[in-house]
Amino acid sequence: MNLATSNTTLIFAALLVFVALYIGYREKLGMNKDILIGVVRAIIQLVVVGYLLKYVFRVNNVWLTLILILIIIFNAAYNASKRAAGIRHALPISLLAILASTGLTLVVLVFSGSIRFVPSQMIPISGMIASNSMVAIGLCYRNMNSSFRDRRQQVLERLALGADLRLASIDIVRESIRTGMAPTIDSAKTVGIVSLPGMMSGLIFAGVDPVHAIKYQILVTFMLLSATSIGSVIACYLAYQQFYNEQKQLL
Amino acid sequence: MVLLELENIGYQIAGQTVLQQINLQVATQDYITITGPSGSGKSTLLRIIAGLLTRTSGQLLFAGKEWADYDPILYRRQVSYAVQQPQLFGTTVADNLRFPFQIRQQAFDSAQATAALTSVNLPADYLNKPVNDLSGGERQRVAILRNLLFPPQVLLLDEISTGLDDENKQILHREIRRMNQEKNVTILAVTHDNTEIKDANRLVKIVAGKMEVDQ
Ligand SMILES: Nc1ncnc2c1ncn2[C@@H]1O[C@H](COP(=O)(O)OP(=O)(O)OP(=O)(O)O)[C@@H](O)[C@H]1O
Ligand SMILES: [Mg+2]
Repeated sequence: MNLATSNTTLIFAALLVFVALYIGYREKLGMNKDILIGVVRAIIQLVVVGYLLKYVFRVNNVWLTLILILIIIFNAAYNASKRAAGIRHALPISLLAILASTGLTLVVLVFSGSIRFVPSQMIPISGMIASNSMVAIGLCYRNMNSSFRDRRQQVLERLALGADLRLASIDIVRESIRTGMAPTIDSAKTVGIVSLPGMMSGLIFAGVDPVHAIKYQILVTFMLLSATSIGSVIACYLAYQQFYNEQKQLL
Repeated sequence: MVLLELENIGYQIAGQTVLQQINLQVATQDYITITGPSGSGKSTLLRIIAGLLTRTSGQLLFAGKEWADYDPILYRRQVSYAVQQPQLFGTTVADNLRFPFQIRQQAFDSAQATAALTSVNLPADYLNKPVNDLSGGERQRVAILRNLLFPPQVLLLDEISTGLDDENKQILHREIRRMNQEKNVTILAVTHDNTEIKDANRLVKIVAGKMEVDQ
């Protein structure tokens, strides 16, 4: 492999941070402290993850792998629920949505033989799936909150006519699912033309034949479509009901 | 027969008393008008009767049974609320008239919808008309048809003719009266319109959340 990064090269590359600091100073952005905290956190977190993954890959234990995947899923759900801004039961809803989307996608990937059940494949792939699902669900929540606020009157009218909760909210639910999935679909359309995505870039970087690397990127495109659609659908269908009370009144 | 009974209904929100001690008995086929200054709680009262808000005190009985004992969705189809300043759904008039069928899981009956349009002096070919092309009066007429396509037992009207010209008011008014007389629909209408008030068999006045007159 032709990977050349070492501790020494990193120290030189750290000059790039000074560029950001200099701009922050000159433009009086008042965020040099944030930049420094960000850099230090990135370094510490990545070093810890690096050693942790090295250990996990070497131990190669099924249970340890599963536990790590669950931790990834829980973290993703926790972060998604923070974007729910007041939607009740957001954490369990997010957890269910991400668990289902990540789980189902992984099962298909493993059984189709696309990836093998070894930690060095399962863990990075789980991370990609869960984080994309998390972002999609976060977008769903945001859209749902703003739509229920903006279209309150229309929802009330539908309820007043005797619509059930599903019919009163269906437009908002559909639009929220679309909002959650849109970035994945957009990036599927432009992949390779506008950007060389992370997975493929990484493989090419490490010396893999691009023709082989694209196969992984195609796989990633498939799995992210599945993950974001499953996650968005589950989250939206569970979340819209939280906007109503027992008496089926809009909160 | 007493259809609706309001006993000491009160409503408080955010430390404000919006309604207090509302007592009203509504018999089948009554036509009751409700007036009162802006902010006195008229819409809030209709929302409570419609089951869209829950009163904070008192009792609301429909056909002798506590409101909360009904399935709220089915109740709202029987006690139908036409909101103040309605917004139309979707893009065409048909989208709006289809909705009452949709919620009842029935196939759209375009003949019935066309008949409804003509009943409020709208041309039959308005079915495919974009809602954005409607005049204010036409809009209001389409909106009320959503409540009328399947005649409810009680119709709650929230200033549905405010801001309309006399012709539009009359058309709406005539149809509401027909519903009341021919289909035995009980009407509770918030209005400031004198002709409508004269037509009704009772007038209720609400001032600052309290009932003033009950004739
Ligand atoms: N959700 C709410 N939160 C706070 N205040 C409310 C709420 N709903 C109603 N109110 C207050 O209750 C009062 C009565 O409102 P309501 O809409 O019932 O008045 P109204 O008699 O229908 O007035 P108008 O003739 O202008 O339509 C108003 O002062 C309103 O601000
Ligand atoms: Mg009002």
